[in-house]
This record gives sequence, structure tokens and C-alpha cells, in this order.
Amino acid sequence: MNAKTPSKLEKIMAAGHLGVTSECGPPRGSDPEVIKKKAELLKGCVDAINVTDNQTSVVRTCSLATCIHLKLMGLEPILQMVTRDRNRIALQSDILGAASFDIYNVLCLSGDHQSFGDHPQGQNVHDLDSMQLAWTVRNMRDEGKFLGGDEIKRPPQMFVGAAANPFADPFEIRVPRLAKKIEAGAEFIQTQCIYNLEKFEKWVKQAEDRGLTEKCYIMAGVTPFKSAGMAKYMKNRVPGMDVPDDVVKRMSDTQKGKQAEEGINICVETIQRLKELKGVSGFHIMAIEWEEKVPEIVERAGLLPRPEID
Amino acid sequence: MIVADKKPVEEIIEYVKDCKKLLVLGCNECVTVCEAGGKKEAGVLASALRMYFANRGVEDALVDERTLERQCDHEYLEEIRDIADNYDAIVSIACGVGVQFTAEKYHSIPVYPGVNTCFLGATEQRGLWTERCQACGQCILAYTGGICPVARCAKRLLNGPCGGSSNGKCEINKELDCAWQLIIDRLKAIDRMDLYEKLFGIKDWSTDRAGGPRKVQREDVQI
Amino acid sequence: MLRAFEKGADGVSIIGCMEGDCHYKTGNLRARKRVEQVQKILNTIGLEGERAQMYNLSSSDGPLFVKYAQEMDERIRNLGPNPMKKKKKNAA
Repeated sequence: MNAKTPSKLEKIMAAGHLGVTSECGPPRGSDPEVIKKKAELLKGCVDAINVTDNQTSVVRTCSLATCIHLKLMGLEPILQMVTRDRNRIALQSDILGAASFDIYNVLCLSGDHQSFGDHPQGQNVHDLDSMQLAWTVRNMRDEGKFLGGDEIKRPPQMFVGAAANPFADPFEIRVPRLAKKIEAGAEFIQTQCIYNLEKFEKWVKQAEDRGLTEKCYIMAGVTPFKSAGMAKYMKNRVPGMDVPDDVVKRMSDTQKGKQAEEGINICVETIQRLKELKGVSGFHIMAIEWEEKVPEIVERAGLLPRPEID
Repeated sequence: MIVADKKPVEEIIEYVKDCKKLLVLGCNECVTVCEAGGKKEAGVLASALRMYFANRGVEDALVDERTLERQCDHEYLEEIRDIADNYDAIVSIACGVGVQFTAEKYHSIPVYPGVNTCFLGATEQRGLWTERCQACGQCILAYTGGICPVARCAKRLLNGPCGGSSNGKCEINKELDCAWQLIIDRLKAIDRMDLYEKLFGIKDWSTDRAGGPRKVQREDVQI
Repeated sequence: MLRAFEKGADGVSIIGCMEGDCHYKTGNLRARKRVEQVQKILNTIGLEGERAQMYNLSSSDGPLFVKYAQEMDERIRNLGPNPMKKKKKNAA
């Protein structure tokens, strides 16, 4: 696959390297130092940084402004956009705004339902869904047109991503659904956190059989456990999460003081195993409020130094 | 049908506490079926209001009850033309359509709602009504196996399910079926999984609430 | 039930068949729900909900009927007359 945008992440994966991304959640306030501090921790060890968009439906500084902070620091942001809070007018407008700051990556999502957040009485929009948003960005970029049909002066140049959860139900439509996302315009996919490697490998294999891994970069999502409690919580409480019993057991069999280290070990081992898997083009490391551990994970997984691409 | 739920009596009392002559107006259609605003409910509400006024010592209070065939048609609403002026206010326990149509027709009489109008739904069992349609004005059921993602998916996804679908249930509530799981099960049953593979294009919501108040005008039946 | 109270009844007891033994299958269960509704309405409008009571009784159980009637009688005597009656008198 050849790079079609100025995105550094796209160029790295197009050149055949494994891409590495991580994420940065904006603060529940307006202090830019919080963002800068988190981003500083990720500098040099990832190719691009996802900036979440009011994740779990809790109000935070907007993704776009945070992406601009990262861009001004010389980092490569990935603008996450959910279809929950904005209609097609606002979404396209924010895409243009991001493009005006030369933000080159976007991740299209539907977003958690607002009932999970701090404003459960709010409306949700869902004028478009995540696939239709991906299609919209591609249309803006490739056709230079708004959804309404008018021409865009200086269209956005964005590498378009989407999320996939190989573990959600029903499993049988997980690959057809991936195919639809790619058909809609997704060029890279970041997956839900992977703990069940067998199931993930099966999913990638099916995607490969359908020729999907040739059309799209699959970035495997990983999240290190901080504790056995977190492993249990993810297993039992987070919808669409698949944490096998032996992984939970491995965490709870580890003594309290060493659990964080064991969580990192599991994460590193996961990356090492999946690095060898055909069809995996990179890793998305989601160290939730634990950004300081990302450099260690990237290094131990043998993903440093990051390739230089101009 | 239009599904409604009774408002608490205290809320209705709050609206009408200063009135002396009231008409409780029921409707024989949807709200009768969902046991919120039919003849029986009109009787109960009127009786409760009469006792409320009597208990407060309002000696000359009058609370009458009447149930019309429908409150969304001129001809039935005209049936109270001769008596409407006898009242300070009307409590309509029809759906929001009935309340408004009554208010439009009897311009100088306050009309208060006695129910909360909830959704377009079906009676799953006695005492349990669930939503089926959001009247988006452009029906897509032909492509979704006869199950509506607009009405039944919490994110009204046209290309679902989202990543939160778990064991056939929705992420917002474990009691709630995932609409997309139902769609997939149904498409399999009718051997039309090919429809699932097709990307659903961006929907025109101008026929939905977004396009402003809607109307259906049929010249072929207009005189 | 509400009409009875409107007309001045001090209390209303509804007596249904034993649960599970209703000639109309679930009629007695529905009656209980109605009584609960009426109790709620009475409380809302300032009357005592306890003035309405649901009892289940088999047709041959005279002594229990007497017990329930006495119980109801005592309950109502404690509550006093239906205020509606007094108001009506005043109005007259």
C-alpha cells in the first residue's frame, strides 16, 4: 500500500514498518500543561497519539484543541471523533478545522452511549454512524466535496481510521463488519484491547482470507493491567471485553507489589507474539492514566527506535 | 399504537387546583389499549379529582368525565362543542396529539395533559409496552430484516452493532436486546445475510423530526 | 371503589378468592393491584389509603371473614369517618 496522505503514521506503515500509537485523554479542565505533560512522556516512542473525544461520555477538553496542542509540540496527533455529539455539519466543520492545523489522522467512532457519562440526561445525535463518518472524511479528501456536494477549497488530507472489536458479539459478523468499515473508507483499524490472543489470531486470519489485511492496516490494541483488580474489572464490567480466565489468574497469583510489573510483562509478551502475526501492521498501546509506562513497553517489545520518515 | 403513561395524580392536581369546573376527556383509541387514557382511566381520574376538591372544601367544584372515540379527528371532538364552555379547563388524557387538537379546537379553554406520551409501540404482554417505531418518515425495514435500528438501537446505528453488544444485549442495559443482534438473527432466518454485507448509506433525516413539523398531504383523497 | 368513597363510605374492603384459586384465574390478583392503586390515589388527595383493603378468603371460611370484618371495623373506627361525608354535609 502506498501512502496517500502526509500522515507520518501512514508513511511508516506503508514503508513496511510496524506502526506504534498510544493515546492521551484530555483533562476535565482547561489546563494545557496536563496535556503537554502526558504528551511529553510519549515523545519519541510512538509515531502518533490518539486524542480521545469525551471518552465514556464524560465532558473533557475537546479532542481538536488537544490535538492542536500536540501538533504545536511537534507531535503527530490522531483526532478521535465520535458521532454521538455532533451532526454532519459540525463534524465536517471540525474536520476542516483540524485540517487547517495540518492534522493528518482521524479515527471515526460512534462513541459510548451518554448514559455512561456525567450527562446521562443529554440528547445524542448520531446523524451519521462511525462508518458513514469514515466515508465522509474520505469523500472530503478524495473527492474534495462536502456531503452536500459543494466543493472544498484545500480539502483535508487525512489518514482515516476506525475501531474494531474482534471480541464483541456476535463473532460471526466481526469480519464482515470489518469489511464494511474498509469499504466505507477506513485505512487503518485500531482494535479493542487484546487479551484473548487465540480469538484475535482467528479474527486476523479470517480477515486475511478475505483479503482485508491487504486493504487496511490493522493495529493491535493492548492495555497493560495495573493490578489484578483491574483485570477482573475489565473482564466482568467492560462491555465487549474478552479477558480469559488464565490471564486474570496470572495477575491474581502475582503478589500485590509486583502486579503492575506483571501487567507490563503480559502486555510486552502480547506485542512480541503478535509482531510475528501476518496481517498485523502495528500496535496501539492504551495505557490508561499510565502513560509513563509506554516508553518501557515499546522498548521491551523491541519497537525502538521509531523509524524516521520524512 | 401510540403508547402513553399516566401522569401522577399530584401533577394533574397542580395544574387544575384553582379550577372549579373541569372536564376529564378520555380517548377510545391507543390510550385505551395502553390503559392510560380510556374511559376507565377517565372515571378514576375524575373521581379522584372530585374527592380532592371535596376534601379541600371546594363546595361548588364540578368534575365531569367524557370519553370520545378519538381526539385526533374533528368530527369526534365536535361532540363536546355544546358543553365545552361549561368548563374552566379540560384535562385531556389522550396522547399529545389529542391534547393539542383539543386545545386548537377550543381556543379559549385551557387544556392540560393527563398522560405522558411515550412512543409508538406494541403490547408485548399486559402491562408491558415497548417501542418499535420512531416515525422517521423514510422506512428502511426492508433492508434490516423488519427490525428497526432507528427505534431500537440506542445509537440508532445504520451499520451496527457497535462494540458494546454483548451476548445479544445492549451496552446500556442488560435487559435490552441489541437491535443489531436481532437484525442479524432475523436476516439469517430469512436467508438474507447478503443485506448485512451492504454498507448503509447516509440517511436523509429531513423526513424525521429534524426537518421541522411534518405533514402528509394526499391529493388523491382530498376533496 | 373510588365512587364508594366519593359517596361517603368510611372504608371499602374487597374480598377475593384465595390466590391461585380464582374462578377468573387472575381476577383476584388484578383486584389487589386495583386496591393498591386506589390506596395511592386516596393518599394523594388527602384521604387515608388504608380505608381500602384487599382480603382473600375461601367461601366456606366464616370465622376468618368475621375476623377480617372486625379488623376492618377497628381500623376504620381508629381513622374516624370519611372526611368526604362531613364536607358533603357542610355543603348541604
